[in-house]
Amino acid sequence: MERWGEGGSSGGEDPPLLALSGITRRFPGVRALDRVDLELCRGEVHVLFGENGAGKSTLISVVAGALRPHGGTIRFRGDVVDLTSVHHARTLGISAVFQEFSLVPELTVEQNLFLGAEETSFGMLANSRMRQRASEVLERLGFSLDPGRRVALLTRAEQQMVEIAKAFRSELSVLILDEPTASLTEHETDRLFTLIEQIRERGVGIIYITHRINEIRRIGDRITVLRDGRRVATVDARTSEEDLVHLMTGRVIGQIFPRIRHAPGETILEVENLTTADGFVNRVSFHVRRGEVIGLAGLVGSGKSDVARACFGLVPIAGGRISFAGEAVTGRAPRQMLDRGFFYVPADRRGEGLMMMRSVRENIALPALSTPAWSRGIVLRRKEESALARELAERLDLRPLRIERQVGDFSGGNQQKVLLAKSLTREVGLFAFDEPTVGVDVGTRVAIYGFIRDLCEAGAAVLLISSDLPEILHLPHRVYVMCRGVLTAEFRGEDISQENVLRHCFEREAA
Amino acid sequence: MNRASGPEASPSGPATVVLAVASSIRFVFVRLGVLPFLLLLALLVFAALSDNFLTSRNLLNVVRQSAYLTLVSMGQMFALLTGGFDLSVGTILALTSVIGATAMAGAYAAMPDAVALSIALGVTAGVAAGTAIGVINGIGVALFGISPFMMSLGMASVGFGLALYLTGGMPVYGMPVEFGDVFGFGTTLGIPTPVLVTIALIASLYLLVNRTRLGRHFYAVGGNIKAARLSGINTRLTLFLAYVLCGAMAAISGILLTARLDTGEANIGATMPLESIAACVIAGVSLRGGIGRIENVVLGALFIGLVQNGMNLARIESYLQIVVVGVLLILAVGADQFRLRYLASRRG
Repeated sequence: MERWGEGGSSGGEDPPLLALSGITRRFPGVRALDRVDLELCRGEVHVLFGENGAGKSTLISVVAGALRPHGGTIRFRGDVVDLTSVHHARTLGISAVFQEFSLVPELTVEQNLFLGAEETSFGMLANSRMRQRASEVLERLGFSLDPGRRVALLTRAEQQMVEIAKAFRSELSVLILDEPTASLTEHETDRLFTLIEQIRERGVGIIYITHRINEIRRIGDRITVLRDGRRVATVDARTSEEDLVHLMTGRVIGQIFPRIRHAPGETILEVENLTTADGFVNRVSFHVRRGEVIGLAGLVGSGKSDVARACFGLVPIAGGRISFAGEAVTGRAPRQMLDRGFFYVPADRRGEGLMMMRSVRENIALPALSTPAWSRGIVLRRKEESALARELAERLDLRPLRIERQVGDFSGGNQQKVLLAKSLTREVGLFAFDEPTVGVDVGTRVAIYGFIRDLCEAGAAVLLISSDLPEILHLPHRVYVMCRGVLTAEFRGEDISQENVLRHCFEREAA
Repeated sequence: MNRASGPEASPSGPATVVLAVASSIRFVFVRLGVLPFLLLLALLVFAALSDNFLTSRNLLNVVRQSAYLTLVSMGQMFALLTGGFDLSVGTILALTSVIGATAMAGAYAAMPDAVALSIALGVTAGVAAGTAIGVINGIGVALFGISPFMMSLGMASVGFGLALYLTGGMPVYGMPVEFGDVFGFGTTLGIPTPVLVTIALIASLYLLVNRTRLGRHFYAVGGNIKAARLSGINTRLTLFLAYVLCGAMAAISGILLTARLDTGEANIGATMPLESIAACVIAGVSLRGGIGRIENVVLGALFIGLVQNGMNLARIESYLQIVVVGVLLILAVGADQFRLRYLASRRG
């Protein structure tokens, strides 16, 4: 399986820049990393590839010093090191740019750049020196940012630049980039790649996480594929896409995604010129019919979630019309939308989906407490609640099947099942699933797709909001693509291809 | 999880017994928290310090003295369940007492024959005034999104100032004696009236919390307010009602205490915010919201009453007692942190 890239630079006896062996890291209920090896040479761009939840983020957190492994060794330039903190890793020249920014919004760009490594003279902050150095770093990187500007006022792409600039503050030897292009325009992406070329020539090793095959082709040297916390293989960057997907999922695409019968019925959701008050959604029009799965694709921050959230009454609406099953429902509250049969399942399980410290039973019952099956007047029907919750947990194959256990004690995949079970407690005509497979393993993923198929074939409408490209390409009957709050394309059937979808995900540069 | 149950452990008999006891102690600690141990410890210590402690008369005394704190603590639990807290409970007691006593004394002076009516008027006015503070807290927190800390701290000052202003700092006299006789010192079947009222309220709140939709909504709002909203729960109304309930419970406590004191006092309840939060936290109510049980809170309040009573009997100076309550609170929270960490490590 393994083809070690014999890059020209690493021909000598020099030890690799960074060598991980047997790295293991556990979290409550899961083994996020299981004896993972990784080797990074000087001047190499090493891509980490794998599904959500495969362990990529945990691995880079270990390398960056943010998490300590429970087993295994890390060698840096041949010497065993114990990375005790992010600060410690930084002193060795190991810097990470995480997807979730580590910026303090209330501080300025330069204050953020030097956060935790402030320069002082006689115990006082050396502000003018830091400002000068901040300008130097930004200039060297070619980022046009005002160092005195507050980070909260920057766009997401600009914040990304600050995050990257932070890594360049001191001497670099290893740079870790976690999906750095997710919120960048094409132009900004090109600039980032030029930058990566420059620093690799200086001998910096780069660990790069991406889902995009074309990026791997452009800058990658080797790819390490992770699956369920294990290293599956390390291969050359020229490996074909089919092989990579096969390595990543352990399955052929046809086995993961079910065929869903397409029998479009009446239109259940009709949206015209929807514009939200915060401006993240701009004049979006689309419709969803019963008996079909609609994909809503786009990058992070494209506004695809906001569309569904606005329809569900979570985001204030500035203009446009929404009608549900023929009734005008613009600006209704979530409670009222639920009563009409619209169920929105949020992407953020922990933040918005579940009460982690309460039982599975209480979580499942929550949306349905006001319905006659679950309560009589104001009094809860406790016996029926237990029976119904158990039935739903069984139907979604919750493991272990203990409905009185608190949700926080289950694995991510099983938490997701609880979240989905909530949507089955009521009469629902339209399900909106926001990133339903984030952080779940392949087995659960297959189960969730089967679940979506069953709902659709039973006559419900399904709106699938996803950043996961394979999911968008293989499940929906129709796909809408969004970019920067605007609907850029609609595809159906054979036209739903990676090329078509990706092309409309990115902002086209004005020529 | 390796208990000494293997074949090689069986020959050493006493050692297994010790291990079994240790593991069941650990089991109780993990399941129920620190409260059972504190109760046991308090009983042992005070029984050793004073012969009068473990008499039925004294224990009934403890229950009666604890009734006021129990009521306030149960109210406080609702604020804590939703992830906030109420620092104005002491003020609510004071305002209830002053306004209730003033209204009752006024009504009684105007119509000396209508004793029952003037008592009813006074109680209504007092409880309404106290609950009104809860309503204002609820509006501030639920509608305007003011942090519960600032909102209730501000209202504590407002209420206390009002109570002092209305009375000029003097106690309010002139209530009918029947009020104190029935609600302060009266008994039915040997059970003091305040205890009866408390038992009735414990039962109703138990049902409210465990058997009704509203009760579940409190847990949901504290457990994850966004998830609650997405599940169609009116989170603002739920938050609002938590503070109203808290205010009402403190007001009922205040009027009962007024009956016991026979005067309207602006200076009562100063220790209530601390003691009620302590009772809840010792009883395992989470300061982050979403976790807590009525029956445990009742035990928590009883525990604090027990400690105070025991310290009185053991002639510990009252100023020192305040120190002890603070230390107990910190110890209980520390023990709970320890328990949570232990639980987390076992899951890993």
